[in-house]
Amino acid sequence: MKEIISAKQAAKLIKSNSTVMVGGFLSCGAPDKILDELVNENIKNLTMICNDTSFEDVDKGKLIKNGHVKKVITTHIGTNPVTGAKMQSGEIEVEFYPMGTLVEKIHAKGSGLGGVLTPTGIGTVLEEGKQIVEIKGKKYIFEEPLGADFAIIYGTKVDIYGNVCFEGTTRNFNTSMATAADVVIVQADELVECLNPNEVVIPGIFIDYIVKRES
Amino acid sequence: MTLTADNLSKDKIKEIIAKRIAKEFHPNDIVTLGIGLPTEAANYIDENMHIIFQSENGILGMGKNQKGPRYNTKIVNAGGTYVEVNKGASFYDSQMAFTIMRGGHIDVTVLGALQVDAEGSIASWQIPGKFVPGIGGSMDLIVGSKKVIVAMTHTSKQESKIVKKCTLPLTAYRQVDIIVTERAVFQVAKDGLILTEINPLFSVQDIKNSTDADFFISKSLISMQI
Repeated sequence: MKEIISAKQAAKLIKSNSTVMVGGFLSCGAPDKILDELVNENIKNLTMICNDTSFEDVDKGKLIKNGHVKKVITTHIGTNPVTGAKMQSGEIEVEFYPMGTLVEKIHAKGSGLGGVLTPTGIGTVLEEGKQIVEIKGKKYIFEEPLGADFAIIYGTKVDIYGNVCFEGTTRNFNTSMATAADVVIVQADELVECLNPNEVVIPGIFIDYIVKRES
Repeated sequence: MTLTADNLSKDKIKEIIAKRIAKEFHPNDIVTLGIGLPTEAANYIDENMHIIFQSENGILGMGKNQKGPRYNTKIVNAGGTYVEVNKGASFYDSQMAFTIMRGGHIDVTVLGALQVDAEGSIASWQIPGKFVPGIGGSMDLIVGSKKVIVAMTHTSKQESKIVKKCTLPLTAYRQVDIIVTERAVFQVAKDGLILTEINPLFSVQDIKNSTDADFFISKSLISMQI
C-alpha cells in the first residue's frame, strides 16, 4: 500500500534546486494540481525535464511564468511564448532534444542501460560535443541516460497499490518518467482499491506517493 | 475572378498544396501530418483509402477534430486540439510513439519547413536568436519515415525557401524526397532537384526566378491541378 498525500504535501517533498521530471503532452496527462502547489509553496531553481512547456497559464507553463524554473530539458517550447522570451533574456536555460531521444534517455535510466544510440540529429548541430558511433556503416549519436530527483506524473485511475492506468493520450512521458526518478509522485483522477491487473500500464512498484486530484 | 499568378489568396495557396499532397497517399498508408498546412491535406483524402493517421503524442487511427460542445479532454492531437479516433485506433506512450516514428514504421510524413535545399536537407526548428520553437518530434519523424514530403509556400517575403544549401540549423540532413509548393513539385534526386510538376499559372522561367536552388526539368513535366 502506498502513502496517499495531498497535492500540497507532495509539493513540500520537493526541495528547491531539485531536478524534476513532469509528465504530460501539453496539458494532456499533466499533473496540474501538484504543479499549482509547487507555485504556491514557492519552490525555486528547479531543473524541469518535460516534453514541452505547455501554455502560458497552465500546469508546466505556470512554473515557467512565475520564475520557479532555472533550466528546462525539453523538446519544444513553441506553445509557450514566455519560455522563449525567458530563454532569449537568459533567465532560463533551455536544452533541446528530439522527442524520441528524450524519451529514450529517460527509458535508458529507468531500465539500467548505459545510454542510447540514435540516428536522429546526425548531420545537424545536435552532433556538436557528442560522441558519434558508427555501426555497420551507419552513424549514430550517443546519448547518456537521464534521471531526476523527482518525477511528478499523472494517472487516470490509480489503485492503493500504486498501479496506474490511463485513458486516451494521457500516457505520453508519464510511463517512462515513472521508472527514472528517485521519488515518484502520481496525481490520480480517480483512486480505486484495486485495478484489474490486465489494465495496469505502470506497475505499482515504481510509485512512491499518490495524490488524489480534488477538483 | 480569374486566377492569376499574382492574385493567389492564402487560402487558395493552402488548397493547391493540400490537394497535391493528398495524391501522394496510397490505400492503408500510415501517415503523419505536421501541424498547420500539412494537416489540411486530410481534407482531400477519400475515406475509402483507409489512411491511418498517426499522432506523435500517442495515437494510431486519429480522426477528425471533436465537434463539441462537450469535449473528451483526454484525447488530443500533437497540437493540443481535441480529436476523435477511428475504428481500429490505438493509444500508446511516447516511447512506443517513437518506436513507430523513428523505427521505420511510418509510410509518409508531411511537414512544413523554413528552408529546404537541393540536397534534400531541411531546416524547420529555429531561426537563431529570433524564433526557437524547438524540435519536438520532427527530427525523429524525418529520419524514420519511408517518404518525407515538405509542404510549404514557395517563398517567404519574396525570398526563396528552396535554397542551394540551408543556412538555418538543420532538422535533418538529406532526408527529403518531395517538395510541394503552390507553384511547383520537385523530386529530390541524388544529384539535385527535378521539377516534375508546375502550376499552369507560372512559367518555368517564373519558377527559376523564384527558386534559389538550381534544378533539372523533368522530360515528363506536367501541370499541377489548381
